[in-house]
Amino acid sequence: MAMIDPSTLQSIEAPAMHIPDGFVSGPVAVAGFALAGVAIGFAVWRTNRTLGERFVPLMGVMAAFIFAAQMMNFPVAGGTSGHMLGAALAAMLLGPWPAMIVMTSVVGVQALMFQDGGLAALGANVFNMAVVACLVGYAVHVGSIRFGHLAPWVRYAAVFAAAWLSVEAAAIACSFELALSNTSPLSVALPAMVGVHAAIGVGEGLVTVAAVAFVSVTRPDLLAAEVPVTED
Amino acid sequence: MKLRHYLGLLVVGIGIALAVTLFSPLASSEPDGLERVAQNEGFVKQAKDAPYKVIADYVLPGVDNEHLATILAGIIGVLIVAAVALAVAFLLWRLRGAQRPTSSGDGPG
Repeated sequence: MAMIDPSTLQSIEAPAMHIPDGFVSGPVAVAGFALAGVAIGFAVWRTNRTLGERFVPLMGVMAAFIFAAQMMNFPVAGGTSGHMLGAALAAMLLGPWPAMIVMTSVVGVQALMFQDGGLAALGANVFNMAVVACLVGYAVHVGSIRFGHLAPWVRYAAVFAAAWLSVEAAAIACSFELALSNTSPLSVALPAMVGVHAAIGVGEGLVTVAAVAFVSVTRPDLLAAEVPVTED
Repeated sequence: MKLRHYLGLLVVGIGIALAVTLFSPLASSEPDGLERVAQNEGFVKQAKDAPYKVIADYVLPGVDNEHLATILAGIIGVLIVAAVALAVAFLLWRLRGAQRPTSSGDGPG
């Protein structure tokens, strides 16, 4: 979320990591919808097959928390703000497929009701923030949590790394979309996006670690179920 | 599904989200990541207005106090997003396509 001084900007819809219309070209927007559609379709299929009853309220609570957290822009260096994404947190607590559905709910409502992120760019936004961020956050966490037995702080380092990298992955995906749209060349967009989101990712990591710590104190059973999707 | 098993989780969880929105007027108003890059690299003017507006920029229209308008926008958003996610999750659970062992995540959570 961003309060925008109307004297300096009249047409900017607080893009955040949310791409407004006009930043992505028609083909990139279509490709975004296609990729996001395939991934979310798969996520729906997997979730439909494997969702346990107790994940129903958790998905609602997670979506509510992520929407609220995304409103809380925090300052980072250089007159810039960032806000939480929440994809890694959702993926760690719910598994990647329910998390994608939760993130899609959030990003969809933001675009349709809050004009945060463009309608044509919705596919790209869902791809970046729901698909890429959830998958990367989940994979990093699964890959690094196996060292969690070494020391308690390693578990939180794994959470932090998953959150930080999920933000960077979404920012990198966005950079490619901007470049493919001829909005900004990759040589410019990629380092700029990676740079600013390196700082935002620190905030993401801290909030995610705090949230996981809170859950592990209040509801440790939820963390025990962090891999609800069983292979079959 | 017995709602009473989950009522506490729903009330506390959504309550936490609603509590966070009370602090939303404190959020930084600086341009955020992508917007900062767009300004620095000179493509911010390519952003197009939305074809319609409901609660644009997280400010509820018709409320004079901007802090209150932001908080109300957040409360409305939290409730809508929670309802959407709950509805989708409930449908996916209710219409579940494969029989699973009852031990796989069932039971009060």
